[in-house]
Amino acid sequence: MENLVEVRDLKVEATTDSGRRVEIIRGVSLNIAPGEIVALIGESGSGKTTIALTLMGYARAGCRISGGNVRIAGKDMVTLSERDCAAIRGTEVAYVPQSAAAAFNPAKRIIDQVIEVTRIHGLMPADAARQKAVELFRALSLPNPENIGGRYPHQVSGGQLQRLSAAMALIGDPKLVIFDEPTTALDVTTQIEVLRAFKSVMKKGGISGVYVSHDLAVVAQIADRIVVLRNGEMQEMGTTADILTRAQHPYTRELLAAYEPKPRGDETVVEDSEVLLEVCCLSAGYGPIQADGLPLIRAVQEVSLTVEKGRNLGIIGESGCGKSTLARAIAGILPASSGTIIFEKRELAAAVRQRSRDQLRQMQIVFQYADTALNPEKSIQEILGRPLTFYHGMRGKQREARVGQLLDMVHLPKSLRHRRPQELSGGQKQRVNFARALAAEPKLIICDEVTSALDTVVAAAVIDLLKELQRELSLSYIFISHDLSVVEAICDEIVVMYGGRKVEQITPAQMKIPQHPYAKLLFSSVPKLDPGWLDALELDPELVRTYGQN
Amino acid sequence: MTPSITLSQKFGYRFSWVGMIGLSIVLFWGIIALIAPHIIPHPVGEIVDEDYFGAISSRFWLGSDYLGRDMLARVLMGARYTVGISLAAVSIACFSGVVLGMTAAVVGGWLDTALSRFLDAMNSIPSKLSGLVVVAAVGSSITVLIVTLAVIYTPGAYRFARALAVNINTMDYITVSRTRGEGIFYIIGSEILPNITGPVLADLGLRFVFIVLLLSGLSFLGLGVQPPYADWGALVHENVGGLPFGAPAVIVPSLAIASLTISVNLLIDNLPQKIRDRSA
Repeated sequence: MENLVEVRDLKVEATTDSGRRVEIIRGVSLNIAPGEIVALIGESGSGKTTIALTLMGYARAGCRISGGNVRIAGKDMVTLSERDCAAIRGTEVAYVPQSAAAAFNPAKRIIDQVIEVTRIHGLMPADAARQKAVELFRALSLPNPENIGGRYPHQVSGGQLQRLSAAMALIGDPKLVIFDEPTTALDVTTQIEVLRAFKSVMKKGGISGVYVSHDLAVVAQIADRIVVLRNGEMQEMGTTADILTRAQHPYTRELLAAYEPKPRGDETVVEDSEVLLEVCCLSAGYGPIQADGLPLIRAVQEVSLTVEKGRNLGIIGESGCGKSTLARAIAGILPASSGTIIFEKRELAAAVRQRSRDQLRQMQIVFQYADTALNPEKSIQEILGRPLTFYHGMRGKQREARVGQLLDMVHLPKSLRHRRPQELSGGQKQRVNFARALAAEPKLIICDEVTSALDTVVAAAVIDLLKELQRELSLSYIFISHDLSVVEAICDEIVVMYGGRKVEQITPAQMKIPQHPYAKLLFSSVPKLDPGWLDALELDPELVRTYGQN
Repeated sequence: MTPSITLSQKFGYRFSWVGMIGLSIVLFWGIIALIAPHIIPHPVGEIVDEDYFGAISSRFWLGSDYLGRDMLARVLMGARYTVGISLAAVSIACFSGVVLGMTAAVVGGWLDTALSRFLDAMNSIPSKLSGLVVVAAVGSSITVLIVTLAVIYTPGAYRFARALAVNINTMDYITVSRTRGEGIFYIIGSEILPNITGPVLADLGLRFVFIVLLLSGLSFLGLGVQPPYADWGALVHENVGGLPFGAPAVIVPSLAIASLTISVNLLIDNLPQKIRDRSA
């Protein structure tokens, strides 16, 4: 069978602002047969999206394809003129972006945007295109397929929007669809629906696909073959089963190892468990205060939890369930409207400003995005040095020595101290972010999705670091995440939140099985490395209806 | 762009040649303002030419004015007033505007509302008109001019700085320093200011141009710098009678105003950019 896509010795180079040329793709070759789905997997910066974009003859601003060729159905996208490429885009090759929310125009109705491709290429009259769109909506199992197109992008959920953007890609009957991390921004419960819809449409239409992702478990469900990339070079290529069971390359093995469940051992169980933090009936929210003394939008309602010394509490739930608001309320960033917070046997004031400096020192919060949590205009030394001066009055040589120790603790070289945050990698930034919290010498660290923005392998390393620091410094963590495997790896207790309320508390060490229906759905929705997992998975339709689409 | 590459290799900054032209003209006028008393060929107030509106000659490089005074000396000395008064006024306006703007953004609440509404109200008064009224009422002196110009341009600087600071204020690193228990002055000075310096400097340049033009306008109307001293606006005003003769006395100060304002604009549009790629 002739290959639909043939990439030979592809090279892409970028020009930096000092005029230096950097090769970002260094001679990649791959084939895609008709009807086959190939996954490109690798850490951020490995060139997977860049390769995917070259399949449309496109290179991002500042980049250019410097060598090799990309043949789609016999036509070389590298040598074709821009006008010829434009004719192929949308009709033969289509693209589904990572953030559907950013890809839709908020001011136009969805249906007009979905059929735009047929209008641009003059494929069919508008009425026929509308009908076809409705069929696609049905095939992608969108609710209310006849009328959903009449809505505006903000009137549908994130998972629905992602499927609608797939409909936009499929309406021109492409031979090849490029999916660029289409489920990365979705919750696990929504991700399943979207993956299933993609898989069935692609199989039915016999369409070839390129699936770009950093999540091996997701890729295992949808791809026939997997290409592992690193630093713009192909590390390994094989069928999904081969890669999962007989990985050759060390990097692939590292990727796989990051998925192995590492349940938390009993080594840190403290005998005389002492309560460090006790939260009682905490409510918090946004908007003006109503007559009953509660805010208009109640993001967190009557949540109670306790954290013991040297033990960790995990909080999981989908986006919008109020887990981050809970963290902010405990830290005092968003003052709680009712309820009490008892820390070290003393009640804490609701707002940061009313808490004493020592109380603030003992409870530190680490945010998800190290990019926005570190001041870009300050050197690492200044960032780490400020809490040392502020809390401990350190100056000069003493402070410098302590900054060195902190960098050591988080396994960063001391030479980084004069750099600015943007000169560090994502994992390094998150380590600095964490070192700043450590500088205060806290007893409790609230980690708000600290690994969500990181690649699997990097995230696993950060989790290992957190465990190691806990052993050395007898810290406690509140670990907030939507990723169950991460929480399981580090926490002694897990609180499941849904709709602003705590629905269940689970102790993984005791292998307690979740009882609450939402917790059940959440636990069963986490993708497994087994390629047959998605097809074999049977979710209670009742549960999915109640909790799946919010 | 050869000059930009040599600079980039030395300092890690990229600077376009347009920006360099702007910078050199601005520097030229700055140096003139400093050393003018030592280089003028004739005293400023003395009538040295027997003719008025004299043409360019080897003795009077830029001709003479309506009284027969040396134009070169008057333009060079005028630079002192135009550059000096504008610089003082723009520094005061931007300093107070930026400090108030950052404070309003960080503190928020009623302070923000009160400050914003008050300065909005001030902003709604036409600048030329209020300048005229104040100078006409109080009388013209260099101090009055500086204070008036500064007050007129403070609300704009405030608006600009507040808008920038509000964006920075929502960043997580500001939240981190708040939860650390930092005071407002630390947050303003150490966390926000370094992140808005670039745009604030650009705004300062633009505001400087506005002030030069307003000062020249006031002087042209006779309300600015008073005789026998003259800034460039006043020079245009007093020599406007030479226009029918095509006298250099009216053209030269106009060109001086134009060259300064345009080059400041060129400079702030092409400020040196830091090169992020360090490995080159």
